[in-house]
Amino acid sequence: MSALLEVRDLRTVFPGEGGPTPVVDGVSFDLDRGEVLALVGESGSGKSMTAFSILRLVPKPGRVVAGSVRLGGEDLLGLSVTAMRRVRGRRISMIFQEPMTCLNPVVRVGEQVVEAIRLHEDVSRADARDRTRALFAEVGIPDPEARLDAYPHQLSGGLKQRVMIAMALSTRPEMLIADEPTTALDVTVQAQILTLLRELQQSRGTAILLITHDLGIVNELADRVAVMYAGRLVEIAPRVPLLTEPLHPYTQGLLRSMPARGRPGEPLPEIPGVVPRASEWPRGCRFSTRCPVRFEPCAETYPAESHPAAGRRVFCHDVERRLPSEGAR
Amino acid sequence: MSGLDPYVWSNLVTVALVVGGLALARFVRGQRLWREASVELWRRRRVAIVVVGVYLVIALLDSIAWKGGVPEGTVGVLPNAPLTVVDRLFLDTKEASYSAPLADVEFYGGRPLRRPGTHLLGTDILGRDVLYMSLKGARVALLIGGLTSLIAIPIALFFGVGAGYFGGRFDDFVFFLISTLASMPGILLLIALIMVMGRGTLSVCVALAVTGWVGFCRLSRAETLKLRELDYVVAARALGVSEPRIIWRHVLPNLAHLIVITFVLMFSGLVLSEAVLSWLGIGVDGSWGQMIDGARDELSREPIVWWNIGAAGTALFGLILAVNAVGDAVRDVLDPRTLRAGE
Repeated sequence: MSALLEVRDLRTVFPGEGGPTPVVDGVSFDLDRGEVLALVGESGSGKSMTAFSILRLVPKPGRVVAGSVRLGGEDLLGLSVTAMRRVRGRRISMIFQEPMTCLNPVVRVGEQVVEAIRLHEDVSRADARDRTRALFAEVGIPDPEARLDAYPHQLSGGLKQRVMIAMALSTRPEMLIADEPTTALDVTVQAQILTLLRELQQSRGTAILLITHDLGIVNELADRVAVMYAGRLVEIAPRVPLLTEPLHPYTQGLLRSMPARGRPGEPLPEIPGVVPRASEWPRGCRFSTRCPVRFEPCAETYPAESHPAAGRRVFCHDVERRLPSEGAR
Repeated sequence: MSGLDPYVWSNLVTVALVVGGLALARFVRGQRLWREASVELWRRRRVAIVVVGVYLVIALLDSIAWKGGVPEGTVGVLPNAPLTVVDRLFLDTKEASYSAPLADVEFYGGRPLRRPGTHLLGTDILGRDVLYMSLKGARVALLIGGLTSLIAIPIALFFGVGAGYFGGRFDDFVFFLISTLASMPGILLLIALIMVMGRGTLSVCVALAVTGWVGFCRLSRAETLKLRELDYVVAARALGVSEPRIIWRHVLPNLAHLIVITFVLMFSGLVLSEAVLSWLGIGVDGSWGQMIDGARDELSREPIVWWNIGAAGTALFGLILAVNAVGDAVRDVLDPRTLRAGE
């Protein structure tokens, strides 16, 4: 069975001073049905833009200039505006970082979910309201009947995120894009929302593209992990091998800098330097300016894809260099 | 339209206003936000609201008209002309002389008064009862303020929201319009427009609207620019909501408080503009502006004629002050940052 979502060589650019700046540059990955793929990276690594490119919602003046996005074999980048609108919400839904601001403040939350249902399905208002009530119960909102008529400002952040999740799942989409769904929430509420997402994903079989910079969340939820750096995919692997034996120096650096791994009293090892600005990207590997193991070709040519193990892809000259010997052994 | 007499239209407008007002009241009762805002408004500005209400009632009474019932020999009225309620209260008030309030002697060499002591605010140089004219002015003032706002605000919203939401060429076009209008002196443009369209209530309203929409257009454009980038608009797009529906459901309702505030504040400015136009001789017949204009020269008489300019000025002042007081409170109540300040 082919993957639900196939992204190939996706390239999204924004016009800049020195010509177009690619914020997403040649990104390829698959998302299987019912799978949770985490897209990990720092701010500005292009993970959110990848999601917006899939939905064709890249804010102007940015645009997708190359590549393909296939959902169940259908190329989304070639669809008409109207056909694309039917994909959004109906087949791919999205939830956002800030539940506080994602709901219209002047419309009752139940009404907003009812509208989302009726937008894509021809059902009566009463039926949609019944479904909304059931959805509210399903996403763990206490006293759903009363909450239907609440305004967003009357709900807590966690409840609002639950409403957003209910809205996103109201039309039973095949795929959900979750853009840092717990970043704005309290730690205890974060855990609840993550549990909820996992339960819903298991009971409904929805595939989730989880965008996050929190490796703890990755560990909680993801089946596979794709790491992005400066618009490029650097490593993609199943969760356990990626977290236990990362291959790319950037992934290694990220994991080393997690507080949970450090010893009390010792400074956390960090990745030296900062992410270079798009105009200062090296021609070769984007990480070569900060990489501890860089050597000659790194700054000049971009590393090719290597497959160190089944289901693992990594873009690194160093890994490439070591691989044949490992293979010969 | 041609088949109906003007007074029929006047009555229909009255009915429409009353029905519209009741519908609005129903809507406000149903929406918690607006209900709380209106209760708060009433709590803060009881007097001003009552004053505005009185003006409204006078204007409505002056809009309900029917034919007949006019006694034979009444001065200045055609036998079968439709008269409004206010007209009927003041039948036969035209005098052959110029008199001070409640005066029982004539001034300035007129003939003896037929109804001495009954002109509460005196008569003007043409012998018309000043109280009657002041009451008649209420309808004109409300018509100018209300109708002009009803023309100007939709224009401003159309261009402002369109420019803010879609940007690009439409934005350029709207800004071209705005800067063109802004580069012409407003009063000259008003005069030119009224000369082209001819004098009359409607053309004055249209002219005031054409020159008056720019400010709110800028405001709504800026606000839409902000709303367009808000997360819930992006979220709506991610859920597959179409652009017109986003504007209708997510942008316009969030502009509603601005629309209400602008309407109230614009209103008083427009009534004052009409007084300026009357002074230039291109105002609306029967307005307070015209009364003031007509009474200007009378101030130099001996003894001084203060009553007609005083009456018109007081009526105008009362309405503007009340509307501004209400407008101020509307802004305080609807702006979420100041809503809780008084509690």
